[in-house]
Amino acid sequence: MATDTYTRIEDSAAGQKLAGPVGWLDDRLGLAAAGKKNLRKVFPEHWSFMLGEIALWSFVVLLLTGVFLTLWFVPSMAEVTYRGSYAPLYGIDMSEAYATTLNISFEVRGGLLIRQIHHWAAAMFIAAMFAHMLRVYFTGAYRKPREINWLIGVGLLGLGTIAGFSGYSLPDDLLSGTGLRFVNGLVRSIPLVGSYIEFFVFGGEFPGTMIIPRLYMAHILLIPAILLGLIGAHMLLLVYHKHTQWPGPGRTNDNVVGYPMLPVYMAKAGGFFFVVFGFLALMGALIQINPVWVYGPYNPAEVTAGSQPDWYMGWVEGAVRVMPALESTFFNRTWTWSVFMPGVLLMGVLFTALGLWPFIERWITGDDREHHLLERPRNAPVRTALGAAAISVYLVFLIGGGNDIIAIKFGMSLNAITWFVRIGIIVVPIIVFMVTKRICIALQRKDNADLTHGYETGVIDRSPSGGYAERHAPLPDGDQFALTSARERLPQLESEKPAATDEGGVRNPKFRKQSLRHKAREFYFDGSVDKPTSHEMDHAAEHLEGAGEHPVTQGEDFKGISHWGVPGDHEDH
Amino acid sequence: MRKLSTRRRHPIAGLLVIAFALVLAGALYSVVAPEPATAESASASEIEAGRELFLVGCASCHGLNAQGIETKAEHDGKPGNYGPSLIGVGAAAVGFQMETGRMPMAKTAPQVPVKSPNYSQEEIDQIAAYIASLAPGPSRPSDEYLDWESVDKEGVSAGGEFFRTNCTACHNSTGQGGALPDGRYAPSLVGVEPIHIYEAMLTGPQQMPVFSEEVLTPEEKLQVIAYIKQVQNQPTHGGVGGGGLGPVVDGMFVWIIGIGGLIGFAVWIGMHGTRVKKQ
Repeated sequence: MATDTYTRIEDSAAGQKLAGPVGWLDDRLGLAAAGKKNLRKVFPEHWSFMLGEIALWSFVVLLLTGVFLTLWFVPSMAEVTYRGSYAPLYGIDMSEAYATTLNISFEVRGGLLIRQIHHWAAAMFIAAMFAHMLRVYFTGAYRKPREINWLIGVGLLGLGTIAGFSGYSLPDDLLSGTGLRFVNGLVRSIPLVGSYIEFFVFGGEFPGTMIIPRLYMAHILLIPAILLGLIGAHMLLLVYHKHTQWPGPGRTNDNVVGYPMLPVYMAKAGGFFFVVFGFLALMGALIQINPVWVYGPYNPAEVTAGSQPDWYMGWVEGAVRVMPALESTFFNRTWTWSVFMPGVLLMGVLFTALGLWPFIERWITGDDREHHLLERPRNAPVRTALGAAAISVYLVFLIGGGNDIIAIKFGMSLNAITWFVRIGIIVVPIIVFMVTKRICIALQRKDNADLTHGYETGVIDRSPSGGYAERHAPLPDGDQFALTSARERLPQLESEKPAATDEGGVRNPKFRKQSLRHKAREFYFDGSVDKPTSHEMDHAAEHLEGAGEHPVTQGEDFKGISHWGVPGDHEDH
Repeated sequence: MRKLSTRRRHPIAGLLVIAFALVLAGALYSVVAPEPATAESASASEIEAGRELFLVGCASCHGLNAQGIETKAEHDGKPGNYGPSLIGVGAAAVGFQMETGRMPMAKTAPQVPVKSPNYSQEEIDQIAAYIASLAPGPSRPSDEYLDWESVDKEGVSAGGEFFRTNCTACHNSTGQGGALPDGRYAPSLVGVEPIHIYEAMLTGPQQMPVFSEEVLTPEEKLQVIAYIKQVQNQPTHGGVGGGGLGPVVDGMFVWIIGIGGLIGFAVWIGMHGTRVKKQ
C-alpha cells in the first residue's frame, strides 16, 4: 500500500471545512472520546461470526417493513363484508383485521411485497438466531465470561418465537386462527390454572373479540421494545467482552486479531446489511409466503388440511401430533397430558436446558478460566455430540409436524410416520450422539497423528528393497500452534475419584455429590484424546527432521501436497 | 254449482277429493322437488352391451348381478367386501370411478389411485347404463351444472364458504389434497374435470361423504366447482408458490435459500479481508 500520498484529515480541504461543525458537536456530545475508543474496536474475521449479523439485519428489516404494515392494518375483530378486488371472497363476512390484510395484499401499492418481505424476514430472523446459537454452542463461545450473554441470547430466541407467533396470528385468516386455536389448547392444558389463563388472555371464550387487538399491542409494541433492549444489551456485552476468535498464529486468550470497526467493519457490516435486505426483498418479490387469501377468513368451524405453524413452532406441533392420547381426571379436573407434556412442558424443557447448559458444563469441567479462544467442535466430543443429538430431536419432531405433507407428497402412511417419530425420538438421538462422538474422537486422533507423524505429502518413496511408503512432512508451525494452543489438557480422572471414607475411616459428608460429579466428568471426558505432550512433539520434530530431503531430485517446483490435500504448488495462488 | 254442492255428500266424493289432492301434490312435487340433474334413458341394446362388458371386466369382484361379493373375514362385526354391491349406485358412480381410472382397480391398496382409464367412453357409458338399469341411483349431471365459468362473483364466494366448511379439512384450502390415516388420502383436486368433482360430491367415493342433491343442490355444487377452479386457476400472487402446501415449504425455503444463500455471502465477505488479499 502506498502511504507517501497520505494527507492528514485536518489538512485536507474537506477536513478544514468540517472542522467547525464537528468541533461544535464534539463540544456538546463528547463524541471524539467515545468514538476514538469504539471506532478502533477490533473484530476478528470469520464467516461464522456473521450469522448473528443476519439475525440483526433481519430484525432491522422487520422494523422497517413492520412500520409500513401498521399504516394499513386495522387490528379489529369487528365484522365487515368484504368488497375488495379479490373476487373469490367477494361478499363474505370477515373480521376487519382479515379484510385489511387482503387490502394490503391487493389494493395497497407494494403492500403484498412488503408483507412478504416482513414474513420472510421473520422466518429468517429466527432461523439466523438458531444458526448463530448453534455456532456459539459448538465452538464453546458461551463459556466464561459470556454466560450472561448466552442467557440473553436464549431470551432473544424465546421472544423472537413469540414475536413470530403473534404476527402469524394477526391476519385472522383460517390458518392463523387455527394456529391461535392450537395455542389456546396449549394454554388450556396447563393443569388447574389453564382455563383461567385462557379467559385472561382471550378475554373470555375462544376466540372472543379481544385477542387480535391484544396480540397487535404485543406484536408491535411490547415484544419489539424488549427485543430491542435485549439486542442492545447483547451487543454491549459483545463489545465489552470483545469478540471470540479462532486459535491461530499470533492469537492468544488476551488479544483480538482482526480489523478495526472503522473503516473495515463499518463497510463490511453495512454492506452485509444491504446484502441481507436485498436477499429478503428478492425472496419477498419472487417467492410467495403465507397467501392469506386462499385460506379464507377464520371461522372456528373450519379448518384446512396442511395447516402448519411457521417452521420454528413445527417441532412443538410434531410433538403434539405424535403424542399418544393420555388424559386423566383428578380432583374433578381434567388433566390433558397429551397436550401439556409435548406442548408446554417440552418448550419449558428446551429453554431451561438451553439456559442451564453453560452452568452445567462448568459444574462438570470445573473450568473457571476466561475463554476468548474458540474450541473446535471435535475437541469437546460430548458437547458436540449432545448438540448434534439435540438437533436430531428437533428434526425428528419436525418430521412429525409435517407428517401429513410428507405422507401425501411421498405416498407414505400417516400412521407409519407417526410411529417412526415415536420410536425415532428416542432411538435417533442416541445413535446420533454415539456416531458424532466417535467422529469427533477420530478427528482428534487425526489431528494428533498430523502433529506427531506429519501430514501425508502424497510423495511415494520406493525403497531399494521394493517397498513403498508415503512420505510425511511436519505441519507448518502456524498450524501446529492453531491445533494445540486452545486445546485443553484432559483431567486425570482416575486420581480424582472420590472416596466414601478418608484414610482414618471418617465418612466423607460430600461423597454423594462428589461421586455424582465424578460420574458426570467421566461421561463428559470419555474417549476424548489428549493433545500430544511437549515431549512427544519434540520427538516428532526430531523424527520428521529432514523429511523434505530426498536422494532423487523432484524438480525445483515440486512441493508435494499440503496438509489440506491441495497440491503444494497450488497453495500460493 | 248447485249440482256440485248437492253431491258433496255422495259416497265417492271423498275419494275423488283425495285422488285430486294426491294428483295435485304429486304434480307440485314434480315441479318443486330438486330434480336429478339428468335422467338419460338408455336403450335396451346399450344396457345389454354394458352387461356384457360388466360380466367380463367387473363381475369377478362385484358379482355376476352386481350384487357384490362378501368376504368371510369380518370388520367391526360386518362382513368385508371383496367388491361392493353396485345396485343403486347409479350412473354417476360408474362415470366417476371408471373415467378417472380408479376402476377397474389395479391392486388392493388402502385407497384406489387415479390412473388413465382402461375403457373407452362408449364402453363406460354402456356399463353406466347397465348399472343405472339395476335400480334408481344418482345419474350423471347435465352440462348446465358443469359450466363453472357461468357462475357469478357471489356464487363463487358462496361456493368457497361451503368448500371451507365441508371440504378443506381433507382436501386443503386450494384442493391440493391431504393425508388421512393408514395410507389413505384425500386426493388432489388440481386438474380434475368438473364432472368428476360433481360426481364425487354426489356419490361419495371411498372416504368421502355423500352430498346428495337434496343436501347440496346442483346449483350449489356448481358454485363449489367454480370456487375450486377459480382458486386453482388464479395467478400465484406474490411469486413462486410453495405448491399451496403451507408453512412447511416456507421453512424449507428459509433454511435452504435464505440461510444457505446468506452464509454463502458471509463466506465471501469473510474471504475478502485486506489481509486475505493475495500478495
